[in-house]
Amino acid sequence: MTTATSRLLALGRAETTLLLRNRTALFTALALPPLLVVGLAEPMKQQAADFPGISTGGLLVTGLLGLIPMFVVYYNLTAAYVARRGELVLKRLRTGEARDLEILAGTAVPSVSLAVLLSVVLCGSGAVGLDLSLPVNPVLVILGLALLIAVLVGLAALSSVITRTVESAGITTLPVLLLSQFGSGMILPLDSMPDQLAAVFRLLPTTPAFQLLRLGWFGTEGSAPAVGFAGTWADALPLLALALAWIAAAGWATDRWFRWEPRR
Amino acid sequence: MDTSRTEPPVIEVTGLHRHYGPAGSGGFDAVRGLDLTVRRGELFALLGTNGAGKTSTMELIEGLAAPTEGRIRVLGHDPYRERTAVRPRIGIMLQEGGFPSELTVAETGRAWAGMTTGARPVDEALDLVGLLHRRTVRVKQLSGGERRRLDLALALLGRPEVLFLDEPSTGLDPEARAATWRLVRELRAQGTTVLLTTHYLEEAEELADRLAIMHGGRIVTEGTVAEVIAGRPSRIAFELPERSGRFETVALPALPGAEVTAEGRRITVRTPTLQSTLTELLGWAARHEVPLGALDARSASLEEAFLAVASTPSTPEPTGAVR
Repeated sequence: MTTATSRLLALGRAETTLLLRNRTALFTALALPPLLVVGLAEPMKQQAADFPGISTGGLLVTGLLGLIPMFVVYYNLTAAYVARRGELVLKRLRTGEARDLEILAGTAVPSVSLAVLLSVVLCGSGAVGLDLSLPVNPVLVILGLALLIAVLVGLAALSSVITRTVESAGITTLPVLLLSQFGSGMILPLDSMPDQLAAVFRLLPTTPAFQLLRLGWFGTEGSAPAVGFAGTWADALPLLALALAWIAAAGWATDRWFRWEPRR
Repeated sequence: MDTSRTEPPVIEVTGLHRHYGPAGSGGFDAVRGLDLTVRRGELFALLGTNGAGKTSTMELIEGLAAPTEGRIRVLGHDPYRERTAVRPRIGIMLQEGGFPSELTVAETGRAWAGMTTGARPVDEALDLVGLLHRRTVRVKQLSGGERRRLDLALALLGRPEVLFLDEPSTGLDPEARAATWRLVRELRAQGTTVLLTTHYLEEAEELADRLAIMHGGRIVTEGTVAEVIAGRPSRIAFELPERSGRFETVALPALPGAEVTAEGRRITVRTPTLQSTLTELLGWAARHEVPLGALDARSASLEEAFLAVASTPSTPEPTGAVR
């Protein structure tokens, strides 16, 4: 008998081959981090000046850890789901032994792997090239990243519902891309925004996961004084709960609305 | 040994309904009360006009969707609710299924094999459908017929006990179609149960142990080819000469039991007894020296049965009003 794992690996391997043959997607993924570093260096430097105890390097690395999956997972995967649906691949896969969730997860394997790989490289090169402080709570950093990726996979599945062609994915993904980048504190800290706006932004699907990541790294998600390893857990709980709630909601919505075949 | 009497049927469908769209009269009933039994080792063909509900029925039996009403058992299990028990033992070829265009034939097979219990070697499956020489070619470079054969190869990968083929030879050239028929016959000889849909009547005539003709979401006729044809009239067609000169007053003889229709000089005779009616007709023509132009006499065929079914209105019935 095949198992969920063996089926996931078989599908993931095929999807990895496809990603490696998709030059546009690959180029975007590899060119993105250096471009972001150049683009974000200056704003992050100003931000660091406002928050004593937080380094430019740390802001840059955490910001990038949040931004990379936005494109590599969310955008890429939306396009991948749309492409597989359009070629009737999803329809054909559903006739086999793999379950719906395995098909969606299998398609996500290369995007998620690439995001994780880029994150590791980023942290590694950050440790070497920038004067990085060690994360206060590495568990929360990893947890935050994992939850961020999970919620983005769900958002990609949902975005594919309203996307007819691979080309139009550039437009349909824009709202989530923009809102998440500016609303989750990846580029601008939420504390620098008007209170009411910040309160709304804190409820966005990607915000709790990214704030967990920040909290894990700096020991504070904003301007509050940093706490130690033990102290971060108390702050993390509401963020964890909200992130998990969003993932559950995205899963439910995907189960209900995901389109496995093109519209006629 | 004949085990068909002791063994439960491989596919058993009773009272099947499939409704699309909103409940009530707003939607559409694609399948409207269908019963079907396929025994082990049998090749059953589902025929029907476009829109008769063949693919809708197939999808339900394959377990791709839950029926609105009715009971389905495949190998003794509900194919939708108990898919884990059923899927590893069946192979499905959709009417329209796809593969990533940037993967090669072999890569596609390998991925599929990783998701198939007891998969045979990929090359063996490709060889069965004559695609082994194309193994390193990307799917996007395959012809339509080659894609259909790749689809068939993947359906065969897990050595299925039950094979579902939805229009397997559509888009194939005559040679590839003959090869597919040969393969399907071999599989059946090895004991595979096959449920196939087709709109090539000769395909059903050639392959099927039993067949059913669907129309308007129901099975209208069912049985072996001989049974389906039985009761259908044979047909004699010919053209009478111009009504002038010595043919001015020519009149057909009485043909007992036959039904004669005339369309200008073109005459069609439908008869349950082809030989006696034809003897009568030809004797009359000889006695009166009447030349019968474009004379054509044929026994009842599946085509005849099919057209008779297809020409009846499909009794549109108000949704959900009946039961």
